[in-house]
Amino acid sequence: MTRKTAVIAAMLLTMSLPQASFSAVDVPSLAEAAGRYAITPGSRIAFAVDQVGGGGIKGKFGKFSGTFNLKAGDLAHSMVNFDLKPESVSTGQDRIDAFLRSGAVFDSSRFETISFRSERVEQTGPDSARITGTLTAKGHSSSEIFDVKLTSWNGRKIGFKVSGKIYRSRYAMDVGTPIYSNVVQFDMVIEGERS
Amino acid sequence: MPRRSAGGYDLVAIALHWTIAVLILGLLVLGFIMTRRSIDPALQFSLFQWHKSFGMLALLMAAVRLVRSLTAVRVKPVEGLSALERRTAHAMHYLLLTLAVVVPVAGWMIASASPLEIPTFAFNLVVIPHLPVPKSEAAEMWWTTVHAVLAYSTLALVFLHSAAALYHHYVRHDDVLTRMLGSRYRTVKTSIEEPEP
Ligand code: HEM
Repeated sequence: MTRKTAVIAAMLLTMSLPQASFSAVDVPSLAEAAGRYAITPGSRIAFAVDQVGGGGIKGKFGKFSGTFNLKAGDLAHSMVNFDLKPESVSTGQDRIDAFLRSGAVFDSSRFETISFRSERVEQTGPDSARITGTLTAKGHSSSEIFDVKLTSWNGRKIGFKVSGKIYRSRYAMDVGTPIYSNVVQFDMVIEGERS
Repeated sequence: MPRRSAGGYDLVAIALHWTIAVLILGLLVLGFIMTRRSIDPALQFSLFQWHKSFGMLALLMAAVRLVRSLTAVRVKPVEGLSALERRTAHAMHYLLLTLAVVVPVAGWMIASASPLEIPTFAFNLVVIPHLPVPKSEAAEMWWTTVHAVLAYSTLALVFLHSAAALYHHYVRHDDVLTRMLGSRYRTVKTSIEEPEP
């Protein structure tokens, strides 16, 4: 998409927002939901890595923080900043956690933060969007895409389901492939509170 | 079961013997190195997987060999051994044949009992299922000890076994070692009896 068509598409999408009503939550108009939000500790950052023969590793990160900014007239330029501490990974198995923190995977003593900075947001439905941005982990940065779906809204707090697939190899974390998939499936519940 | 007896080992037996010998020695060295505390975690993970792959190959070959040595032709002992020597050699051979199967099975038990449930993906080609045993850290630790003790005991027996073979070759000048090396290496005796045409 050229820049011009992207702008037009974003405008059309934002214009059509208020009429749409066939989603699980009452979709707020963008004007209503616009503003700055802080990501609350009630959010859940879960991931899963499949392993050959079935099953896999499931885990979550306990420490993270972030903000996002919904722009009413210009959703495409809404912003998301998200940081998480790989040190806080937990899978239910201490040895796996230690391995993930080690130089083999996150190297969390040298690279304390994994960050995501959004670049653009495209609306994909009445209550869904796609966020493209830069993920930086272990000294490597790469463009990644997350799908976002609105799940709750009460005027003060807004909730989203966020999912995305990340290739570990882009961040020099592909140890254990092909026994463990190169793809990390993120399934997050992000809750934002107006700030 | 009455079995045909033979004066020497066939090619399959010789090939299995030396392949398994190389595999076991390699696995012992690999097993020792990979369990050092100071090793890099990513390298350690990968060495564990190679160990499991080659260990499974060793198990397969050792199982074939054990079945063969229990069912195929019975190889007569070399002439000139005392009854005690024959009995000791026989016992040692069956002990080694058995350990070559039991040691990797104990290794398979470690992988199977581990709550980490790391798959055994032999040579990144075939998933070897875990044995159906309950998973716990205690069981994993127990099998780790069994595996290590049996593996290093096997190494000790391999030293005795090799020492005996070398003693027969260099001191007793009999066919004990050469008949496991293949017909090319048979001692002078044979070439005198059956001169090359
Ligand atoms: C003839 C075959 C094998 C030999 C000679 C062998 C030998 C060894 C040795 C010497 C060690 C190091 C013990 C220590 O110092 O703690 C070891 C560890 C280990 N072996 Fe094997 N092994 C064999 C087959 C297998 C197989 C088939 C598997 C699994 C599929 C296996 C899995 C393991 C594991 C997981 C460890 C590490 C235990 C730990 O410390 O956590 N091994 N092996």
